[in-house]
Amino acid sequence: MKKKMTTVAFNGTAEQLAKLDELIAKHKGEKGALMPILQGAQGIYGYLPIEVQKHIALSMDVPLSEVYGVATFYSQFILNPKGEYAVAVCLGTACYVKGAGLLMDKLESLLGIKNGEISDDRKFSLDATRCIGACGLAPVLTVNEEVYGRLTPDMIKGILDKYNK
Amino acid sequence: MIKNVAELTAIRDTYANKIHFRKHDAGAEVSDGNIKKHVLICGGTGCTSSKSVQIKAKMEEAIKEAGIQDEVQVVLTGCFGLCALGPIVIVYPEGTFYSRIEIKDAETIVKEHLVGGNPVKSLLYSETVKGDEILSLNETAFYKKQKRVALRNCGVVDPECINEYIGTNGYMALAKVVTEMTPDEVINTILESGIRGRGGGGFPTGRKWMFAAAQPKGQKYVVCNGDEGDPGAFMDRSILEGDPHALIEAMTIAGYAIGANQGYVYVRAEYPIAVNRLQAAIDAARREGLLGKNIFGTDFEFDMQIRLGAGAFVCGEETALLTSIEGNRGEPRPRPPFPAVKGLFGKPTIINNVETYANIPQIILKGADWFKSMGTEKSKGTKVFALGGKITNTGLVEIPMGTTLREVVEEIGGGIPNGKKFKAAQTGGPSGGCIPASKYDVEIDYDNLIAQGSMMGSGGLIVMDEDTCMVDLAKFFLEFTVDESCGKCAPCRIGTVRLLEILTKITEGNGEMEDLDKLEELANYIKSASLCGLGQTAPNPVLSTLANFRDEYIAHIVDKKCPAGVCKNLFTYKIDLDKCMGCGLCAKQCPADAISRTDYVAEGHKLASMQIDASKCVKCGACLPSCKKFNAIYKG
Amino acid sequence: MENMVNVKINNREYSVPANSTILEAARYAGIDIPTLCYLKDINEIGACRLCLVEVKGARGLCAACVYPVNEGMEIQTNTPAIRKARKTNLELVLSAHKKKCLTCVRSTSCELQKLCLEYGVDEDHFQGNNNEYPIDCSTASVIRDNEKCILCRRCVAACKNMQGIGVIGANDRGFDTHIASAFELKLGQTSCIGCGQCIVACPVGAIYERDDTQKVFDAISDPTKHVAICAAPSIRATLGECFGYEPGTDVEGKMVAALKALGFDGVYDMNLTADLTIMEEATEFLGRFKEGKNLPLITSCSPGWVKYCEHYFPEFTDNISSCKSPQQMFGAMYKTYYAQKVGLDPKDIVFVSAIPCTAKKFEVKRDFQNAAGVPDVDVAITTRELGRMIQQAGIDFKALKDEKFDDPFGIGSGAGVIFGATGGVMEAALRTAAEVIEGKELEKLEFDDVRGTEGIKKAIYKIGDVTVRVAVVSGTANAKKLLTAIKNGEEEYDFIEVMACPGGCVNGGGQPTQPAVVRNNVDLKALRASVLYTADKKMDLRKSHENSAVKMLYDEYFGAPNSHKAHEVLHTKYVKRGL
Repeated sequence: MKKKMTTVAFNGTAEQLAKLDELIAKHKGEKGALMPILQGAQGIYGYLPIEVQKHIALSMDVPLSEVYGVATFYSQFILNPKGEYAVAVCLGTACYVKGAGLLMDKLESLLGIKNGEISDDRKFSLDATRCIGACGLAPVLTVNEEVYGRLTPDMIKGILDKYNK
Repeated sequence: MIKNVAELTAIRDTYANKIHFRKHDAGAEVSDGNIKKHVLICGGTGCTSSKSVQIKAKMEEAIKEAGIQDEVQVVLTGCFGLCALGPIVIVYPEGTFYSRIEIKDAETIVKEHLVGGNPVKSLLYSETVKGDEILSLNETAFYKKQKRVALRNCGVVDPECINEYIGTNGYMALAKVVTEMTPDEVINTILESGIRGRGGGGFPTGRKWMFAAAQPKGQKYVVCNGDEGDPGAFMDRSILEGDPHALIEAMTIAGYAIGANQGYVYVRAEYPIAVNRLQAAIDAARREGLLGKNIFGTDFEFDMQIRLGAGAFVCGEETALLTSIEGNRGEPRPRPPFPAVKGLFGKPTIINNVETYANIPQIILKGADWFKSMGTEKSKGTKVFALGGKITNTGLVEIPMGTTLREVVEEIGGGIPNGKKFKAAQTGGPSGGCIPASKYDVEIDYDNLIAQGSMMGSGGLIVMDEDTCMVDLAKFFLEFTVDESCGKCAPCRIGTVRLLEILTKITEGNGEMEDLDKLEELANYIKSASLCGLGQTAPNPVLSTLANFRDEYIAHIVDKKCPAGVCKNLFTYKIDLDKCMGCGLCAKQCPADAISRTDYVAEGHKLASMQIDASKCVKCGACLPSCKKFNAIYKG
Repeated sequence: MENMVNVKINNREYSVPANSTILEAARYAGIDIPTLCYLKDINEIGACRLCLVEVKGARGLCAACVYPVNEGMEIQTNTPAIRKARKTNLELVLSAHKKKCLTCVRSTSCELQKLCLEYGVDEDHFQGNNNEYPIDCSTASVIRDNEKCILCRRCVAACKNMQGIGVIGANDRGFDTHIASAFELKLGQTSCIGCGQCIVACPVGAIYERDDTQKVFDAISDPTKHVAICAAPSIRATLGECFGYEPGTDVEGKMVAALKALGFDGVYDMNLTADLTIMEEATEFLGRFKEGKNLPLITSCSPGWVKYCEHYFPEFTDNISSCKSPQQMFGAMYKTYYAQKVGLDPKDIVFVSAIPCTAKKFEVKRDFQNAAGVPDVDVAITTRELGRMIQQAGIDFKALKDEKFDDPFGIGSGAGVIFGATGGVMEAALRTAAEVIEGKELEKLEFDDVRGTEGIKKAIYKIGDVTVRVAVVSGTANAKKLLTAIKNGEEEYDFIEVMACPGGCVNGGGQPTQPAVVRNNVDLKALRASVLYTADKKMDLRKSHENSAVKMLYDEYFGAPNSHKAHEVLHTKYVKRGL
């Protein structure tokens, strides 16, 4: 699958950078260290944006394309951070005919982000998913593990408010 | 710090008793000092996710309250195997088997069983209750036909206690190897045992070792493939979680045999419990001097580290795994050169999977003849399978090679639930094929499975009943391989996608008879031309379903029907007007407003029957459960 | 005596070198096994699966390109099953390939097309959905069209392994795998040096040069423009390949005739400004050597190298000679000195260079390359583009009679002509430096230590009473090795020649493409270079400082090498780009 690239601005801190440098230093001279370093870096930043990959590439003296090639090969590495609350709207057929598209529109306008994006404060990310098998509850959305069903667009605000406290 | 064999033996003797205590079939009275009961709680991934850790805490609390903490030892173990019944708690010395325990049950068990001496019958696994008699788990159908070698310590020892492992004769094999045997003798023992790789291909393990040992002295590596990726398979995870020291011991033995001083264990990052326990075990072994320099006071040194996978099925292929450890995209490389000659970082390397290693210490201790006595002519020993799909006892089983599929499914697996019929079993996951009911009595071993167009694989065994559409199944597995293809070689990268497109076309009702020829042509091509095992086996699900269930393909193509009622384009939901009570519940469930009332009132009914407008129906099936009572909705 | 083993290929016995692959063994037996991904020593990954053969006893089919032979091996390369497998392979590849073959720049020189014809492939046998990719035309030099890419990865190997750069690589996985830069950046946003080695590595039309031929045609047909062209040293050794000549054929006379037939107002030899470069650079070197400043001096002729240095070793940009490259010197001189002399407005001159290089297309756009207030060179066209122009103009190249370059810039020395091969600039400079320093004629003009196609050559020469430590490298991966050693204080040099492309300009990224079967079996670099060395040997004028046209330029315009005027017109500056 093609990896989704982020639209969020990088806001890494000096502290994170220090941790990353420490991580790279720990693996200095170790053979095949790129994978553990990427895993550690994702642990520090939550994802692997270009700024982080570039830093790793320069520190390890490998081409950035090689780092990116590895990062996009393994499904565990992500280029786009997930929000604290990952909102996913089911766009399977059943949900779609029941107006899941309208839910998506509403979410986009309330959160101010588009499908596949994440809010600037990284609190919410918004994605469309394939059928999650809850057709009887159509249309559905999930927030992390929680499932909300039989929704209408006017119910969206109430759901978001729960997480907005 | 264990400096010599005598010190190891001393620890073994202290802890052997504890282990014996948990072998409920020991018969003779065994005592563990002041401790009267051992309570074993499964800490495998399955049971942990149904809160076994919290159950343990609750139980310890209740034990303390009851003031019997000095008489009861509570142990979090690895997987017992019967995952369908988790969380599982077993009390020794009786071997009483509690299944599907909840946190609230902890107190009851402590009060009634541990304090009161009366097992809580209502919480026991029903198969172990025969009237007034309570059977031990070994007497159940699930365990009776099993032969636990690789899993022998899973569910018996505390994986985080090295001494308990030593109590099972742990590290005795390593001690024997480094103090009494030459590397050649070790390799000969492994060769003679006939053990073949448990990870898929079934290559003789001893020969791999022999090739690597024959390479000039210098840096060599021992690698463990713990990148278990078949959907539904978790043999390796269970061993890593339940008996990590067995792996460490085995890899160290391998290091001695081939002249390597460094090992790598490549484990899926999706196995956090396994990784933590293995890391703890490595640390403990280092502390005890069982890893590092001068093992058992000899010149032999060996150490190992864990490398985590990052979500790529192809890394289960040995050369891809090496490429991944080297820090690259996990793309396979052509063989030859084989890893034994030019492997990790270009050095001679042996790669075996977790289950293979788990057998090694036993082979050393009990001898090649003991191992050879199990299994069939060309497949020795036992094999662990993860039973899944339409089967009662989903879980992990270890059987001697040569056990029939029927025995595994009907006896150990408890048969197919809901009175359905066995249709086929898929072994080898996405790389394997299906074995149809007509071959139910096939004796499971490497060669028989290959002869059936399937393969042993790492041990996934998925059972299908009559509700499974075999075309859809082939499509499912192919979707998986398409997702997981590395993209390096053209046959797999492009071929599997084209294969999937043809299958999709058939399941959507647009297939033509020529497509079957094209499927076969393409599948055979991908099989013969792909660079690695993933591509070479990816077409197996297609080829084996085509060979065994061609009529189902034809039904999809010619009659535009899916006999199992799975492929959405090829059936419609209908309501039997005479069965329908007219309650209207189904209409409430329908997301597409496709269900409406007719003006037909069936004889003896009060309300008019419902009907489904096929043009509106999205075939989500949401209506079905609402009519469970009257069964008026059907696929046609 | 080489170790040999006996093998059977298609039931016939052969004795072949023990360390050969099946592919090499078959070649030995006169059998060509088709390949797409294999490039000897550069890309040996066994990925395309086209070279599959049957080996008795082996499981499945074996990839001949990487499978070693052994004693008694029995190989079948031409069974029905193998022919069928190859056909299916090609049909699959075609199902994922943008089949715009009629208008593809590689039509008739495409390796895939050739194989499809040979195997009688049905181009629509397999059909299906494919990913869409935008065409990347963000650089001045290279254009990439991923929808034509067959993922052989020869370009990646050329960029990463051969050139040590790696601005492209495989991204994503499975069917989504595609060759691109990190984060899908366009090449123009990366540290791509535009060397074009990816282009000559590509078996199909997925990577090609930016085509500037229309600009040249337009200028020629514009009556208000004076259009002049100068031909780089190495293209006389390669242009013939565009017209079916064997590699290694000198076509200087026909090339000149073709350029004249195309309608250029002046057709000149870049060897002249190669000589001029030597005058400037040798003087610059002597100056720096005396002062001990900014040593080693590193040559600046190769724009791929210059950009490489600016990106990857910015700390060395002060070491690069400030001399413009021969191409730029020519345009600069033409639009200043010559324009003045004949009374042309520089704005009315369109100066074109015919070069073996895609990086030159970037060079013409660089800052500090406009001595007359307009760009020194307007258009740089590669050997391949020139070949296409000649074809398009309906010129029967093979039937042309040899002609000579125009005066007054048709004079070049043997020292100038060898610029096109690795070591040539160094040798030319040494010829001049030695005679200038020692003040007497050299007995032997050949500096053999700096000749040959090895990537790194080192030598020490005693000239007069000084010792000069020189190194010659070609291929940026080798430059990286050398510069790293210098940086780490492990090695020291006074003068270094660097060419971005392995083997120098004869193997430039703008040279005619040759299919893998040629590249794997013929030493193109050496073969093409031999044309230049032979030409040098045959000439009477073999030293830059003896070139009468060069003398005329100094007498009439520049005064002396490194004079103020020379600096204004013939020298330039560099940028520290970083990564």
